[in-house]
Amino acid sequence: MGNLFTDIGKVLEKYGLTYLDGMKNTLILAVVATLIGCVIGFFCGILQTIPYGPKDHFLKRFFLKLLRVIIRAYVEVFRGTPMILQAVFIFYGLPYVTGIAFQDIWTVSIVVVSINTGAYMTESVRGGILSVDAGQTEGAKALGMNHFQTMLHVILPQTLRNIMPQIGNNYIINVKDTSVMFIIGFMEFFSVHKIVAGATFKYFPSAVLEMGGYLLMTLAASVLLRWIEKKLAGRQSYELVNLDQLATTAGTYNYPGKGSPFDERSREFGGEKR
Amino acid sequence: MSEPILEIRHLSKSFGNNEVLKDIDFTVSKGDVTSIIGASGSGKSTLLRCINLLETATSGEILYHGENVLRGGFNQSAYRAKVGMVFQSFNLFNNMTVLKNCMAGQQIVEKVPKEEAKQRALYYLDKVGMTPYLNARPHQISGGQKQRVAIARALAMEPEILLFDEPTSALDPEMVGEVLEVMKKLAEDGMTMLVVTHEMGFAKDVSNRVVYMAGGIIEEEGPSAEVMSNPKSQKMREFLERFLQ
Repeated sequence: MGNLFTDIGKVLEKYGLTYLDGMKNTLILAVVATLIGCVIGFFCGILQTIPYGPKDHFLKRFFLKLLRVIIRAYVEVFRGTPMILQAVFIFYGLPYVTGIAFQDIWTVSIVVVSINTGAYMTESVRGGILSVDAGQTEGAKALGMNHFQTMLHVILPQTLRNIMPQIGNNYIINVKDTSVMFIIGFMEFFSVHKIVAGATFKYFPSAVLEMGGYLLMTLAASVLLRWIEKKLAGRQSYELVNLDQLATTAGTYNYPGKGSPFDERSREFGGEKR
Repeated sequence: MSEPILEIRHLSKSFGNNEVLKDIDFTVSKGDVTSIIGASGSGKSTLLRCINLLETATSGEILYHGENVLRGGFNQSAYRAKVGMVFQSFNLFNNMTVLKNCMAGQQIVEKVPKEEAKQRALYYLDKVGMTPYLNARPHQISGGQKQRVAIARALAMEPEILLFDEPTSALDPEMVGEVLEVMKKLAEDGMTMLVVTHEMGFAKDVSNRVVYMAGGIIEEEGPSAEVMSNPKSQKMREFLERFLQ
């Protein structure tokens, strides 16, 4: 065991900053891609649920049906293929077909992970919207809100709270699964391991560092997500508001001419007469 | 008779082969407080939901100040904003406080400035006696309180007519009174109301017109004092007898 610690020490001494750099890249990619993925998910969620009925215009019905089919296809394709393959497919495919190469590795990495996360989030958001009571929609419609207003102000805030655990799941999966982006040369945390191990042949010590590093990143995420969930749940208590002293509700004693809360009790126990 | 706000003409509604509303015809005029009574499944709630366009009528017309709201291209949002609705299950927005619930419709639909929306919301919350709770969230208050907030939310849109869909049916017995009290006050203030209810006392004493529905048709209608104490139809007589037992 003693050997292991000295080996880790040696590796860290030489490559410590490289590991940190890899962690930084992994975190940035995971955070940005999860956020964009959420936006894609909510966007598709809104579009997918635009209602249409038999009395609507033919073109409107056709367009909305087509939209749902496109979203469905997007979800199935990107949920049903490995992300490592999607990375290769887009990285080499786009220049092959259009002749335009990606300017930098960040863009293509963020695009790939975002699209992949978006496919999962679209389904999560759909489930989240379904889990909000239909009465909420009816309440909003009855006030005259249209579909987008209803979604934006009433349904999606509640959906967000409901699917927060799912978003957390996706984020943690992204922290780990961005490791496949080494395939197109993105310098994330795991690719640091490949470089270090290749140069020093210290496979196990480096793997120990990697395990610890990934766990640290995901545990921190878990704590942060719990905190956000609590914030979203809102305050658990409220304070009664007294705009008008005379309009005090029954059960409170502090309106003019009623004395202190102890008056009743002192009278009951044979105290002073009023 | 004062000017009609809503005229229902030959309204029918089917769910598949099941015809729930058959050729409904009636008129609501300004200041009317109309109770719709009848057994469960007689189509009362469906009628109300058709009027507020939560269900699409199969055929017929709903005239709002003489304009058919069911024709294509009619501005349904503006219509709904002026035809308030109070639901059996309250349907308060769970993500908002009591105050925000009463401001949301004004701000989002009618683009009322925030401060004005707040003043209006406070005015109507005071009317239903819910001012102390304006910072509470819906899950923190009782059923009767929720329904009073729901009424204030509908009133804050300053609607021309309020529809009530069994407003007291989901409440514990001791909370029914506080909601009926608010509704009675509204009726006295001259609000036009269309109320689907099982509260026969309200139908008889507060409303001035009663519509009795059975099997998807209007079996009897007329001034409440007359219809409630001396119904002509055999069905309605039996219905009222069952209720008085």
